[in-house]
Amino acid sequence: MAETTSSISRRKLITGAAVAAGGVLLTNLPGADAQQVTKVPAPPPASPVAPDDPTKVPGAPTTAVGERSPFVHPQRAPVGEITGTSLTPLQDLTGTITPSDLHFTRIHAGIPTIDPTKHKLLIHGLVDRPVEFSVDDLKRFPAVTRVHFVECSGNGRAAYRTPKPEMTPQQVDGMTSNSEWTGVPLATLFREAGVQTAAKWFLAEGGDASLLDRSIPVSKGHDDALVVWGQNGEPLRPEQGFPIRLLLPGYEGNANVKWLRRIKLGAEPFMTRWETSKYTDPLPGDKIRMFSFEMDAKSIITSPAYPERLTGPGWWPIRGLAWSGRGRITRVDVSTDGGKTWLAAELLTALTNKAHVRFEHMWQWNGNESLIMSRATDDQGYVQPTMAQLKAVRGPGTDYHFNSIRAWRVARDGVVTFEANT
Amino acid sequence: MRRALVIAMTLAVAACRAEARDDYLGDKEPQRFGIGHTPTPAEVAALDIDVSPNGAGLPAGSGTPEQGATIYAAKCASCHGKNGEGMAPAYPQLVGGPKGVFNFASDYKIPRTIGNYWPYSTTLFDYIRRAMPLTAPGSLTADQTYALSAYLLNREGLLPAGATLDARSLPAIQMPARSHFVPDDRRGSTGGPKVR
Ligand code: HEC
Repeated sequence: MAETTSSISRRKLITGAAVAAGGVLLTNLPGADAQQVTKVPAPPPASPVAPDDPTKVPGAPTTAVGERSPFVHPQRAPVGEITGTSLTPLQDLTGTITPSDLHFTRIHAGIPTIDPTKHKLLIHGLVDRPVEFSVDDLKRFPAVTRVHFVECSGNGRAAYRTPKPEMTPQQVDGMTSNSEWTGVPLATLFREAGVQTAAKWFLAEGGDASLLDRSIPVSKGHDDALVVWGQNGEPLRPEQGFPIRLLLPGYEGNANVKWLRRIKLGAEPFMTRWETSKYTDPLPGDKIRMFSFEMDAKSIITSPAYPERLTGPGWWPIRGLAWSGRGRITRVDVSTDGGKTWLAAELLTALTNKAHVRFEHMWQWNGNESLIMSRATDDQGYVQPTMAQLKAVRGPGTDYHFNSIRAWRVARDGVVTFEANT
Repeated sequence: MRRALVIAMTLAVAACRAEARDDYLGDKEPQRFGIGHTPTPAEVAALDIDVSPNGAGLPAGSGTPEQGATIYAAKCASCHGKNGEGMAPAYPQLVGGPKGVFNFASDYKIPRTIGNYWPYSTTLFDYIRRAMPLTAPGSLTADQTYALSAYLLNREGLLPAGATLDARSLPAIQMPARSHFVPDDRRGSTGGPKVR
């Protein structure tokens, strides 16, 4: 049984990631023979060499840009080229901030190269004064810095539809990431343009080759929406929307339009492809839910998790992340007996609004097979549902917003595997 | 007593700031900062490409399913298949989903296509114009985009052969899935057994 871990090949892992992402794999474009190729992350280099006693030899010189320890290789799992996805390695993270180069990505027409001195944001439509801002203009407004998660509402789709024991936290839920964002409240820009009372929706459009566009309620713009240029202490990365993106705290990732170039105020939603054909949720009774922006409360244990193996009975930390798109996480409960009994976990970090929270529970494993799981509760009184509860209400064929309780099975030999059915 | 002290100190600090800075204009932030520039109508028009369900934003021009079939074969079939059947998982199926079937929640494998899933016909024109073909977005003329929309709607049985699609006729097409869409009702749910 201990073989399970090692016998699962790298290729199998990657395939799992591809399915999990639901990404589009495009190479050799265009053409009917376009190959379905999964980009395999470069394997970590052979074991780095470290001196036997680092106190006896001077180390390496300083560098202009720092690098990770040669012993550490967190990697996203990129899938697809022009339209693609890469998943955050949740199991490799500490605390709550996702390093910017590990923030998940979802792209629909490649990552554009944008000259920030040429980029503009136009605000028009039902406003008193159409206005265009350069990036430098935007930086002159009073700024705010806030920590928020961004989660794709397709996160967890593979775990919902086609779960496998050999799924890592990254493959289960790697489309959520958490950053410190800096930018200007959209409300400030709305005042600048004089948004009219007749305006109930705004169209946000990106400046990439997909010109991705979403209709957002104006109330969100007056509430906590931001136009951000900074992420984790530096300008946005190109794949995160450089030079500016829309940040809608708690809303599904797709609506947080990257490379933001235009905001148009209107009386009605615009009904773009991204809020009709996609990002809508089929429900039983021939219904299809639309404009389901808010991400429901969710949590996942990131350790122990597949492909880890506990080396024996004793004390083990159960650690993970919890978040809610509607407010603050107020508690996370952990069960080590498949949901029969629950204990409140320690919340290790600030209970920030619409942000990842790190939880921990010290577990004395007795060596028996155990099913461990976590359950988040937010300040709206919302409790993360089980898979059975979610499926009963949404149906097996629903799409998006997969926030059921996730479990990990710890076998007697310490091998940990994923269990979706809670 | 404490309050009086605080007020006195605040006044003193404010006075200091006012005196120390000759650029001081008052520290109450204005409603508007007057930053940014007013775009010309032409600058707005160049970017204002969205199309609404009532047809607002549709350009002049027209096309027929027959014209669209030729353009589709040349510019779209390589990815979406000869008959719009798509190539899973990369290239979406565009047409041919089961008609009159809306129980998508029962099985994610039920194909969701323009005819059985898209609630608004205008979305088709808007999306094709802005994003397709994938490798040459923005390259289609208004006539070509009408023709392609006409072709795909005809394949779904929503536009007769020979019909002309334009800014008037496109928004008039009623999409079968429209009445099945409902607004988000999750807010206020306590989750768990009461999840929505
Ligand atoms: C190079 C491959 C390629 C070509 C050529 C191409 N498409 Fe696409 N098309 C795609 C991909 C990939 C998507 C999905 C994009 C995404 O979701 O990010 C798509 C999506 C679509 C959709 C939305 C489907 C849905 O269910 O939401 C429509 C409609 C569409 N294409 C029409 C066309 C038309 C019309 C043409 C010809 C002018 C065309 N496409 C040419 C690759 C292509």
